[in-house]
Amino acid sequence: MNFDIAPEDEAFRAEVRAFITAHLPPDIARRGQHDYHSAREDVQRWMRILNAKGWSAPHWPARFGGTDWSPLRKYIFQDELRRARAPVLDRCALDLLGPVLCTFGSPQQQARFLPPILNGDEWWCQGFSEPGSGSDLASLRTRADLDGDHYIVNGQKIWTSEAHYADWIFALVRTDQTVKPQAGISFLLIDMKSPGIVRRPIWSIDEGLTLNEVFFDNVRVPAENLIGEPGSGWGYAKFLLTHERTTSAVVSHTKRDVDQVRHLAAHARAGDGLLIDEPAFAAKLARLEAEVIALEWSVMRVLHAAEHDAAGNAVASLLKLRGSELSERAALLAAEALGDHGLAAMPDPEGHHILHGDGLSPGLTDDEAIGVTAKAMFRRATTIYGGASEIQRTLIAKSILGL
Amino acid sequence: MDFNLSGEQQALADSVARFTARDYSFEARRRLIEAGTGLDPQHWQTFAELGWLGAGLAEDAGGYGGGPVENMIIMEGFGRTLVLEPFLPVALFAAQTLAALPASALRDELLTGIVAGDALIVPAHGELAARGAPDHVETTFANGRITGTKSLVIGGHAATQLIVSARSTEGIGLYLVDPAADGVSARRYRLLDNQHAADLQFDEAPVLETLAHPGEGLAAISTGLAHTLTGLCSEAVGAMDTAIRMTRDYITTRRQFGTTLSTFQALQHRMADMLVEMELSRSILYQGIAALDQPGASRDRGLAAMKAIVSSAALFVGRSAVQLHGGIGMTEELAIGHTYRRLFVIAGQFGGESLHLKTLAGLPRSFWQETTSPAAC
Repeated sequence: MNFDIAPEDEAFRAEVRAFITAHLPPDIARRGQHDYHSAREDVQRWMRILNAKGWSAPHWPARFGGTDWSPLRKYIFQDELRRARAPVLDRCALDLLGPVLCTFGSPQQQARFLPPILNGDEWWCQGFSEPGSGSDLASLRTRADLDGDHYIVNGQKIWTSEAHYADWIFALVRTDQTVKPQAGISFLLIDMKSPGIVRRPIWSIDEGLTLNEVFFDNVRVPAENLIGEPGSGWGYAKFLLTHERTTSAVVSHTKRDVDQVRHLAAHARAGDGLLIDEPAFAAKLARLEAEVIALEWSVMRVLHAAEHDAAGNAVASLLKLRGSELSERAALLAAEALGDHGLAAMPDPEGHHILHGDGLSPGLTDDEAIGVTAKAMFRRATTIYGGASEIQRTLIAKSILGL
Repeated sequence: MDFNLSGEQQALADSVARFTARDYSFEARRRLIEAGTGLDPQHWQTFAELGWLGAGLAEDAGGYGGGPVENMIIMEGFGRTLVLEPFLPVALFAAQTLAALPASALRDELLTGIVAGDALIVPAHGELAARGAPDHVETTFANGRITGTKSLVIGGHAATQLIVSARSTEGIGLYLVDPAADGVSARRYRLLDNQHAADLQFDEAPVLETLAHPGEGLAAISTGLAHTLTGLCSEAVGAMDTAIRMTRDYITTRRQFGTTLSTFQALQHRMADMLVEMELSRSILYQGIAALDQPGASRDRGLAAMKAIVSSAALFVGRSAVQLHGGIGMTEELAIGHTYRRLFVIAGQFGGESLHLKTLAGLPRSFWQETTSPAAC
């Protein structure tokens, strides 16, 4: 056993940090301090800078434009991006679809779709959930029927993050109604400009817009846009959800948030002193911090575990469950740190999608405070999406404990 | 980084497992409790013969050249079967405190005695008012004599020598004291988990030797304590793992409402949370071991975070294990209640969650400045 980071990996971290410091545009970095989803323009500019360096998808295989970095270095890279408050990249394309395309896509599909992802030219959203199929995803009903060399898609997707930005959607569709639910599902790439697609925004409790409904009414999709084999979509979806075992911990995000809470509390007056010196608040923050340390070391264990190592699987199983809980707790504590202003709605002052255009918000001047309550509200979703906590606990009980 | 045991480390783990399987069945442990000594001399001899008393001690300190990972392996194994002997106070707390002192004939002789199993040396450091804080010492040293009261000295009833921390105007020093000397009296008690401990009262008790001069003792005893904390948390991880296994076995066989308990989702989810707490504890234990090499404040932060997490996890897992067993979990005759009691003791030993969160809050540092974090810079 050896719990030390190798000096070469420390040097790698320094290299990444130096690059980000030199190349992240200051206006993007400033907006990155705010707790909103990054605007598409910011993400796009940043992705092109990263792509010029060959760093926009380091976790992809090198021959598709990724790198051959070790799992630890991939983690360090993401960790440094969060430290710098860089925009969150197009996760759907980079983390979800990308590995599926690299692994199961045809050479033509790879050549067509991967380069525009790397350069931020084409944006993707994920069409999995449906109104009647949330946690029970295999019951999905959106259907795709073959008609010559096209599929005709009919149905509805919901909770589709960033669909209002997206150029393309990768969707799970039912291509066979006669077999058991999982076996009839295929993985289809659909152009969002196709006739018959309607997007409807779903305003969420943070007064922000990330979620959408997407309706398909006789949408014609070239059959060549089907990934792999018809009926194998469920397997690709499982691959996609389990391919990267540590991202769901969002540990680097939460590390940033803990630093943010400490900053806010160190600048918040409490009586004649500062909030950071209030024992009850300080203990809450310390507890959160200790749990984040435990989570990050759990990530380290998974990064260094062989893929099918039983002990590694046991640790990996907790990352989403605890990572999502800590993510919300950090946001709630940041709101608490703001006191009276931590109760105010905080629409994005530079945002394009604002529910109420009344411009009302408390006069916050600290960039680290802007958007805190919007984040606190949005994070209520963390223990719901990507497999709700209740599903995660059942999975742990069955697959790890054998109950 | 490498989270796998080396071949030698695996052999050590196997050796500990063989010992506990052979000598520490529930029934054998019960007999040892009945004997009322808290210590089987044959076990201690085995610890010496197998090299465990020096396994985590550097060679230049008279050990076999291992480190905290070796101690972790032993303590985790001991946690699985609730070993009663005071291995932690002697082989970790006393030995690592001595190893942190400058080499001297006296220090080396004491360490040799510990490793050989001849000397049962334990520190007498904690005090009631300290509540686990390492630097709160009211016991005084003056004119070669010690006065004050030390609490929860595990193994203190059987010690051959004591390492006593005491304060004088120049700061905290460490002193070797004969527990049989005039002026030393022991109030012996059993802990909830049947370990034997004592409160030791020193009334102008004579000092045999000065181990660390005033002002030089706190650093050494803090280093000893740091190693002890990682050992204690290793023991907790072993005990938690056992509690989870026993509970899983129980609920997969116990039937109610015409089915096994394991089919009820409320119980499944409770068990999932127990597993999560245990794995997070193991993760932060590794972090704590990594922190042992760090300079003062970083080390103390890492250890405080570790003990805060492990203390709460130990209580949660122990309590939940009894809960899922139901009434039978409350009985003396079933192992799970003993495991809970050990976890309860560990949670509070050397300070509980509150103390360590306070310590952590007092040492603020950004994650990206933290040298014990994988995100070090």
